[in-house]
Amino acid sequence: MLAKLKEQLLSGSAEEYLQGLFDRIEHSKLNAFNALARESAVSRAREFDRQLWGGALAGVPIAIKDGISTRGIETTCSSRILRGYIPPYDAHVIERLKAEGAIIMGKTNMDEFAMGTSTETSCFGPTRNPWDLDRVPGGSSGGSAAAVAGGEAPCALGSDTGGSVRCPASFCGVVGLKPTYGLVSRYGLISYANSLEQIGPLTTTVEDTALLLDVISGHDPRDTTSLEKDSYLNLEEGVCGLKIGVPDEYFGEGVDPLVEKSVWEAISRMEELGASWQKVSLPHTRYALASYYIIAMSEASSNLARFDGLRYGHREAEDQDWHTTFSEVRAAGFGKEVQRRVLLGTYALSAGYYGRYYLKALKVRTLIKEDFQRAFQEVDLIASPTMPFPAFKIGERIADPLTLYMADVFTVPINLAGVPAISLPCGFSQGLPIGLQLIASHFQERLMLRAALAYEEATPYHLQTPEVAA
Amino acid sequence: MISREDVEHISWLASIKIADEEKEEFVAKFNSILEYFHELDQLNTEDVEPTYRVVDLANVFRDDLSRPSLPPEEALGNAPRRAEGYFKSPRIV
Repeated sequence: MLAKLKEQLLSGSAEEYLQGLFDRIEHSKLNAFNALARESAVSRAREFDRQLWGGALAGVPIAIKDGISTRGIETTCSSRILRGYIPPYDAHVIERLKAEGAIIMGKTNMDEFAMGTSTETSCFGPTRNPWDLDRVPGGSSGGSAAAVAGGEAPCALGSDTGGSVRCPASFCGVVGLKPTYGLVSRYGLISYANSLEQIGPLTTTVEDTALLLDVISGHDPRDTTSLEKDSYLNLEEGVCGLKIGVPDEYFGEGVDPLVEKSVWEAISRMEELGASWQKVSLPHTRYALASYYIIAMSEASSNLARFDGLRYGHREAEDQDWHTTFSEVRAAGFGKEVQRRVLLGTYALSAGYYGRYYLKALKVRTLIKEDFQRAFQEVDLIASPTMPFPAFKIGERIADPLTLYMADVFTVPINLAGVPAISLPCGFSQGLPIGLQLIASHFQERLMLRAALAYEEATPYHLQTPEVAA
Repeated sequence: MISREDVEHISWLASIKIADEEKEEFVAKFNSILEYFHELDQLNTEDVEPTYRVVDLANVFRDDLSRPSLPPEEALGNAPRRAEGYFKSPRIV
């Protein structure tokens, strides 16, 4: 798709294409965007039409999750506390995109500070699922996924702390990838849980995801956890001879039968293409959610300490003493879910509880990482559903945080282990997309993308688009 | 079990003011989440090492050289209150 678009932009007009997207967004019911950079983007497109510069993404417009810093474009994390914040610098991934000729369209809606599975906690209101406007797009990168699925952007970036790229990819019927921890620099990504999160692409095809990953990955000295990359282009080797593991723990109770059926059909399809499959066991899966939420909340309580209305953010009332002022700024600026996570994280790290919660969760994290290490001694890839069910209705789960957390059961173990995973369309349940999750060992993105591409080429699901995208 | 007093203490530690009428809701939601976290108690982790980071990188050094930084005007650009080229904070004592 992007390869074709690039040709079209070279022979046609990037400005015209971009104006078409902005017109669509302005009449859209999806609420996928928080801010549009229409003026700067159109002026870049005009320049492109004159100069026809090169680059892997020459002239291609891209939508960016609102938790990634963009110089000169308001960046809010969908939080009241950051309304009006204009970053004075670009994130590493934005520098990379610009260097390859891409055009930043605007910022997409998300759960506040990426804390959610539905994009309902945004201070800008929920984003709607392009396949059914009464349903959530998934989260937290819901705006990015909805924009791509709804034909409002040809590609987008999200971030994935516990499934925040893969969940909306699954719910919106697009491709989304969470890289190995360390593959993509987090410089300029506003931190929620820094030991878990990575920036990842959302696109309509596997090839486009591979292209974006190739652009944004690689070592950046400004993120001390970042490492060298492989090449993710030319992935024609196929799936023949690969061993696929199927974990019992990711099927059965709580999984929608149609989701389960579609994922098994996908596994059979890959078998027909020359792969083999076998059962594997990830025995600590049932402890992953609790471990994930304790670690994520603990890290959040530290990372979000910087939001105090001093260097950026809102401070409207008259100043009182230090502590009172900041406590009031944070109470007014953070939504309820963010407050809950920061408060519970503070509790989990506080004297007397550290060992019981935080340290315990880190030890369970070791067990989960070892589960994957053992499995990848036997198989090349692991296949599972991305989400246990298709997109749910707006308002259906938001009242009880625990019910919402449970939806992340198959995505969070991947972040705990730091391994890469991709979600791609593998079927529909009553008109709603279903996502197949392929998981690989550390830095085996290439192998994972090869298999995903072979599967995609043999199936029609990625070609279907919702009515709103017509 | 977390009590109303615990919530008040955490609220102070985290610098997030909680209104009196909201305290009971926080107590109820925190207890239901913590009860779920206690599932981890079933696992014996006595001999397990904690995982702080999944990629084995420690002590990444760089040369201690000065580099260009943001001009003060840009660094202060988002500050809601500033004075004489500084961020203006509330009084501390």
